[in-house]
Amino acid sequence: MPRDESIKSVLVIGSGPIVIGQACEFDYSGTQACRVLRAEGIRVILVNSNPATIMTDPEFADATYIEPITPEFLEKVIDKERPDAVLATLGGQTALNAAIGLHERGTLARYGVKLIGADVDAIERGENRELFREIVAKVGGESSKSIICHTMEQCLSAAEVLHYPVVVRPSFTMGGLGSGIAFDRSELEQIAGAGLRHSPTSEVLLEESIIGWKEYELEVMRDRNDNVVIVCSIENIDPMGVHTGDSITVAPAMTLTDVEFQKLRNLSLLIIREVGVDTGGCNIQFAVHPDTGRIIVIEMNPRVSRSSALASKATGFPIAKIATKLAIGYTLDEIQNDITKVTPASFEPTLDYVVVKMPRFTFEKFPDADPRLTTTMKSVGEAMAIGRSFSEALQKAMRSLERKEAPFSFPASTSEHSKEELLRSMAIPTEYRLKEVQQGLWVGATIDEVYQATRIDRWYLNQIEEINQAARDLALAIELDLDSLKQAKSLGFSDLQIAQIRGLSQDDVRKLRHRLNIRPVYKTVDTCAAEFEAFTPYHYSSYEEETEVRPRTKPAVIILGSGPNRIGQGIEFDYSCVHASFELRRMDFETVMINCNPETVSTDYDTSDRLYFEPLTLEDVLEVIHAETLAGPVLGVITQLGGQTPMSLAAGLKDAGVTILGTSPEAINMAEERGAFGSMLAEKGLTAPSYGMASTHQEALDIAHRIGYPVLVRPSFVLGGRGMEIVYDDSSLGGFISRATDITPDHPVLVDRFLDSAIEIDVDALFDGEELFLGGVMEHIEEAGIHSGDSACVIPAMTLTPDQNEEIRIATLKIAQGVDVRGLINIQFAMAEGVLYVLEANPRASRTVPFVSKATGVQLAKAAARIATGTTIAELKTEGILPNSQSATPRGVCVKEAVLPWNRFRRSDGRGVDAVLGPEMRSTGEVMGIAATFGESYAKSQISAFGPLPSSGKVFISLASKDKKYGVAPARALQALGFQLICTAGTAAFFAENGITTAMVRKNSEGPGLFGERTAVELINSGELDLIINTPVGRGTRQDGWLIRTAAVQRSIPCITTTAGFSAAVEGIAALQKGDLGVKSIQEWLL
Amino acid sequence: MSKAFLVLDDGRIFEGKSWAATGKTFGEAVFATGMTGYQETLTDPSYHKQVVVMTAPHIGNTGVNKQDNESSKIWVAGFAVRNPSSVTSNWRSNGSLEQELIDQGIVCIQGVDTRAITRHLRDRGAMRVGIFSGCDMTREAMVIEVRKSPAMTGAFLTADVSTPKPYVVKAKGAKKFTVAALDLGIKAATPRSLSERGVEVHVMPFDSSFEDIMAIHPDGVFLSNGPGDPSVMDDVVEKVRQLLNAQIPLFGICFGHQILGRALGFSTYKLAFGHRGINQPVMDKTTRKVEITAHNHGFALQAPVEGIFSTVYGRGEVTHFSLNDNVVEGLQLLDAPAFSVQYHPEAGAGPHDAAYLFDRFVNLMEKQAVML
Repeated sequence: MPRDESIKSVLVIGSGPIVIGQACEFDYSGTQACRVLRAEGIRVILVNSNPATIMTDPEFADATYIEPITPEFLEKVIDKERPDAVLATLGGQTALNAAIGLHERGTLARYGVKLIGADVDAIERGENRELFREIVAKVGGESSKSIICHTMEQCLSAAEVLHYPVVVRPSFTMGGLGSGIAFDRSELEQIAGAGLRHSPTSEVLLEESIIGWKEYELEVMRDRNDNVVIVCSIENIDPMGVHTGDSITVAPAMTLTDVEFQKLRNLSLLIIREVGVDTGGCNIQFAVHPDTGRIIVIEMNPRVSRSSALASKATGFPIAKIATKLAIGYTLDEIQNDITKVTPASFEPTLDYVVVKMPRFTFEKFPDADPRLTTTMKSVGEAMAIGRSFSEALQKAMRSLERKEAPFSFPASTSEHSKEELLRSMAIPTEYRLKEVQQGLWVGATIDEVYQATRIDRWYLNQIEEINQAARDLALAIELDLDSLKQAKSLGFSDLQIAQIRGLSQDDVRKLRHRLNIRPVYKTVDTCAAEFEAFTPYHYSSYEEETEVRPRTKPAVIILGSGPNRIGQGIEFDYSCVHASFELRRMDFETVMINCNPETVSTDYDTSDRLYFEPLTLEDVLEVIHAETLAGPVLGVITQLGGQTPMSLAAGLKDAGVTILGTSPEAINMAEERGAFGSMLAEKGLTAPSYGMASTHQEALDIAHRIGYPVLVRPSFVLGGRGMEIVYDDSSLGGFISRATDITPDHPVLVDRFLDSAIEIDVDALFDGEELFLGGVMEHIEEAGIHSGDSACVIPAMTLTPDQNEEIRIATLKIAQGVDVRGLINIQFAMAEGVLYVLEANPRASRTVPFVSKATGVQLAKAAARIATGTTIAELKTEGILPNSQSATPRGVCVKEAVLPWNRFRRSDGRGVDAVLGPEMRSTGEVMGIAATFGESYAKSQISAFGPLPSSGKVFISLASKDKKYGVAPARALQALGFQLICTAGTAAFFAENGITTAMVRKNSEGPGLFGERTAVELINSGELDLIINTPVGRGTRQDGWLIRTAAVQRSIPCITTTAGFSAAVEGIAALQKGDLGVKSIQEWLL
Repeated sequence: MSKAFLVLDDGRIFEGKSWAATGKTFGEAVFATGMTGYQETLTDPSYHKQVVVMTAPHIGNTGVNKQDNESSKIWVAGFAVRNPSSVTSNWRSNGSLEQELIDQGIVCIQGVDTRAITRHLRDRGAMRVGIFSGCDMTREAMVIEVRKSPAMTGAFLTADVSTPKPYVVKAKGAKKFTVAALDLGIKAATPRSLSERGVEVHVMPFDSSFEDIMAIHPDGVFLSNGPGDPSVMDDVVEKVRQLLNAQIPLFGICFGHQILGRALGFSTYKLAFGHRGINQPVMDKTTRKVEITAHNHGFALQAPVEGIFSTVYGRGEVTHFSLNDNVVEGLQLLDAPAFSVQYHPEAGAGPHDAAYLFDRFVNLMEKQAVML
């Protein structure tokens, strides 16, 4: 069936900010959707609030709205653009919920817009648990026994019927948000209570426990002719009980016979037909009893999901792209398989390799959080690896995580942890369970003992035992010879692991390996196990016989990606890598991408000329470079765009003789080395906050006294703001030192002057050795001390004078010269009492590059890639890549707001983690607001990030002493806007002195009053409050503030924790009250 | 583990390690792309005299069980895999794959670059092969031996695989029809699929005469899959013509499809590397729907994909074709009750998308019964 010609324009709904459970896989799918639609000549209208996405680049849609993804805003866009259809199945749960919202408010009917992909009924049938269970029963499948509940009373009586433990699953939430396993009544009250709140329909499902069963997922596609194919089967190594997103998963399924697999396949076909997903993809999850094979259908997602992205990368079958073609009317047999060119998409990919996905966690950012893995997803990213065997893929995946402690280790002395200890700890799933399994087997636990503790299938356990056995053989071998080394490499051992086993250096092993000519070959992901020739160079390494890398004549530029998403290094860096690849392809280079993150656009086989799905370690990268050097000329490697991961490889690559394009490793080193960087600043007449390095408690005190409180203290050996604290006096400094770090001469503590209440400024600039181009000067909304990644910021800077702007430009130029940058540099400044301080400089693409590019329309990453390959800024201006000016001009006022994952984490006692910002970054993603004024732009950013700000109602305010004076003006303004203010005693008194009358509420620590006066927490829980302003006193879980903030998070009430944020919110509320926030596409802004 | 070699007719040699039985074995090298179903593949008589290279790297994970055999023994001449499993993990398993292969004396090779072999066969076509496991021979000597082994083209293998005596598979539930299934290498899944539809299946030796067949008063005749070259099956072809003349409803699959085609006067030819997998898309021309099907064939039928053709038994048409390479995958007569498909509606291993064809056969018998 050819495409539906009645569809001339489509509104594509994106997924908004990166949050846990919904990450950049939806940029990958959305970008594919936009490309497909435009290639068909369809007008594409896109709404996505996330500026860090490729899909929101102006060239991917005809009209790109960086606006909140709410039914209200979508209706405005529909009213303006009048699309024929809405495609909501590629933007995750956010888009699906928004589409349902559009249906419910009657927008779709009113404007005559049809939903394509899945209609509202199908979405309902797939997502509504009751309806879905009926469907499963109707097609002859089985669901676990369960009871739907809408109140706590219903939950408690249901648990009596189902017996503890029971699984709690809220309806219409994503990533398992609010779900969990309750082992007793009190856990049930807590988990189901949260679940009822998180569910937009106040509905939770209580289910009989199937913990420990085998878990599978099938990716299914259907077209309007009712052709259905299974794209991929995925098996979870972690059995039921751990959210799929947090599980280590394998494709294809490894431990099912054909008979059993066909049962799952048949059920999948029946379910997708019965649910009525007209066209497109969905995934269906199953549990299989390990001893009886009884099958339980768990759930389905009637849309493209995180697993679809994984399945696409794992098979080479681009689910989102094909789902889009199906949505506009094509059938599977009419769509060509991109990879083989001759066969159609109506087939089922077959794999001749094994894919392993491992989740990437960041529990270190939330030290209070319970590290147990449950049915609520907690991981922030993932790495995927491909190998010709499970062991090879598994070990590659583990080193792809870029965690020193992740890969298997084989200590010669095995006394560190006893077998019993390990068996006990592995019974509770945590981030490192598989490592514990390996260690357990290493110290002599039997496969059966480990199976009893974990219910991980014995086949996987045996594979791990074989890895251990190979390690034993390696340790015992008289010398490392060809056979032993080959054997180890084919099981996925890295040179580093082999070196550790043999007491050698990684370099020794590499040299020996190269001398013995043991090098990986590169195989191709081709959807068909080599049955047909592949035309897409999508490669992975394996230690085998035949390589498939083709020779080429054009010079290649190798781009290193950024690895698994984590807090602090996410989609923003992938954005820059993708831009570099696009631009250099345009300039007729062959681009070669190396990355291991399956969620990204960079690992789409369409993005670069060649894709190597490989871990980003020195060994793996050097081997790819070697293979590509044999294939043809290689100009060099770009390491400055993928964040810290490739930056940290630059020096090693250069030492191995690889050409680094752009900023040199020496320059990178200089910017990171405080001494050298400090002298350079001094030489250039720039000021940095004074600091000192202390190796004893006394030294720390001396330094603090010399430079004056407050000071920022942190252990010197950790990066990324981890363990950083701001202290205001001797006693808290002492507290930090005794609590947070072992201070020794080997592990000194850095003590920096903290610029209290300074304005923090972020600059992104380009430098080619001669000329500087200022990409953007952003002003942070939160004051210094909040990690720049967590702070909202605005461009153009709102409070800087033209002179100050010029001072910043000159300082940027001096630093770029001093560091000797070729490409991008990001500098953080602070402006305190008229003095400009340099906080730090990073000679690489920053997190803010996409935001700045969206705000100004200038593609900084493209320009950086060009500078790295030798083009000057002057030439880029002539070409039109850069505007003919010293700096880029923002269009409108753009606010970036960070999105934080507080609602994902709980402490071991089940209570929430404190929702307070600090010097350590904890946000997972960002949104952008763009409007003519700051107030409107800020309001939009808040709506996108957290949901609407209230335009009337009650506001609770409780400020720390140091913040009170800054709270007066916004409080007064809020009152003038008609809000009722409710404060704790101290704040109320301070406001009263300043002529603001407020109502008073008791602190939680004060308890309810004699006459039943409520505490702040009770007030929050009552649901009467519309906004909460609460700034923390110092750091740590001061009971009152913590209880207030966690209660707010649980209740989803907007909670602002800084006075600067408070002021901005008031401006936003004022803008909201003035009425209609308009919508305007990026293309219009750039006119 | 001793060394083992997989030696191809054109002189390319892959080195691996011995697995299961040691010794020498010869056959036609073919690759199979299914990710599940190695047990069904091994016991499928159509693989007789073939050395099967599995493209899926991990083989043997679920061991072997009693229920999933497609016949009473392993038929492959040899088996080449990358990573055989040293343990068995499945609740239905009765034993390890390696032990089963050893018990049945199947010479196998492991640790070879199966993808490289597959690419080689894809580019150069299926060819003779030998596995030499634990044999102390020069490379030249191995190649010479391979080249002495018989080729698949022109091979008559049916007698090896066909049942010597007839046997009956009872209908499940009420018996509706009796079918004579001519065993050219039949798989257990076929009589099972028919029996589930109320058909009593008499599996009969390939050389059963027309009279033998008619003696059981069949409502229909089924022509099974099987190994070998369809061009050397003149006796069976002749028998099929008799059945066509007798207006007995006929259903052929795979080899049986090729036989029916030859009975209609079409020729067969050898494909370069064949179709062996469980992900093969086939278009049903009448419904324009795609079915994902299990294939195992090295030969195919030469017939016009478009339009109506005429035969001595009346008009006919091609009903199915492969979306990968347009190979004829099914045909039917319009004036006589006969149809066939090149693939495996009984699956085992593979998807069940094409199971409706058994219903079609039952319908055909119903219609024929009404007419008579």
